[in-house]
Amino acid sequence: MSQVIKVGMADLKASKEPINLITSGLGSCVGICIFDANSKIGGLAHIMLPSSKGVRQSDNKAKFADTAVNVLIADMIKLGAKRGKMTAKIAGGSQMFNFKGTSDVMRIGERNIEASKQALMEANIPILSEDCGGNFGRTIILDTKSGNLLIRTIQHGEKII
Amino acid sequence: MDFNELSELQLDALREIGNIGAGNAATALSQLIQRKIDMEVPRVKVLPIKDIPDAVGGPELLVAGVYLRVESTAPSNILFVLPVANAKKIVNSLMGKEFDADIDDMGHSALMEIGNILAGSYLNALAMFTSLSFMPSVPSLSIDMAGAILSEVIINLGEVADYALIIETKFKEDETDVSGYFFLLPEPQSLQTILATLGVSS
Repeated sequence: MSQVIKVGMADLKASKEPINLITSGLGSCVGICIFDANSKIGGLAHIMLPSSKGVRQSDNKAKFADTAVNVLIADMIKLGAKRGKMTAKIAGGSQMFNFKGTSDVMRIGERNIEASKQALMEANIPILSEDCGGNFGRTIILDTKSGNLLIRTIQHGEKII
Repeated sequence: MDFNELSELQLDALREIGNIGAGNAATALSQLIQRKIDMEVPRVKVLPIKDIPDAVGGPELLVAGVYLRVESTAPSNILFVLPVANAKKIVNSLMGKEFDADIDDMGHSALMEIGNILAGSYLNALAMFTSLSFMPSVPSLSIDMAGAILSEVIINLGEVADYALIIETKFKEDETDVSGYFFLLPEPQSLQTILATLGVSS
């Protein structure tokens, strides 16, 4: 069994093969995975909110899509990854609870997906695949050997993207 | 107001309203399933948000969560969470079914109604104590990973802080384990209002 680093809610970590990265119980949060296939270095951020703008307490950069991506890239470069080789995969952004007349504020999952894509685009990192939306939780594991992202759910099985 | 700055007196006051609210809710649950329900003394905790899923048994634990938003001058959130195995037992003892049956649509309705009744009785106590009025929303149910369920509620708090205040009560029943957690999560600005009505504002 290979070594795995756990990434908590509003947290981010980078690692090099053979150490994989896991984050559990993504709901409306989004897991942003970045991988450099050459150096076999991966990064995983578990973001909770789309934007740090206008937020009083925004010290934790891993909490927001717009700030987490750059910190994650910097952490990966420290381990020896090359920015030009990085690709991304994202998962999560579901809506666990349904209320009638749900306002925009409530659709936080969708906004997290949008903001994650935007942040990756601004960093010039192409998104290879995604598994987003729905109304169920996900646990994701980034394999730093292949760059495969394993997605585990309770009611919708497992898949690799 | 920063949750970390709460004094011991303020925490005691919050614990006491938790106690009375949860006592009401436990009585309601007990009447509903016609069994004796014990409750633990409520814990008032200020937790880093990343640690909250661990408080109910880990982010991947399969749980049923009933979530209600509470409109008030002190807006809050209520979440009743219990492991699915326990949810099945409660549903089955309500509906008179076998213990291993899956939770069907009727069961989902039953769980939401249980959440409704618990929240109503809890909020009644809170309203009497604080002279504030509380209007719970229609309940919403999700059966999935604990981390996914809890994180959504925390985000919906309009959470801008890195900590959340949780008033947590654990319900237990002797012969059959139907234990679950009942959370009252006031929005950050609501805390000041609640503490002021209790006469312990800072």
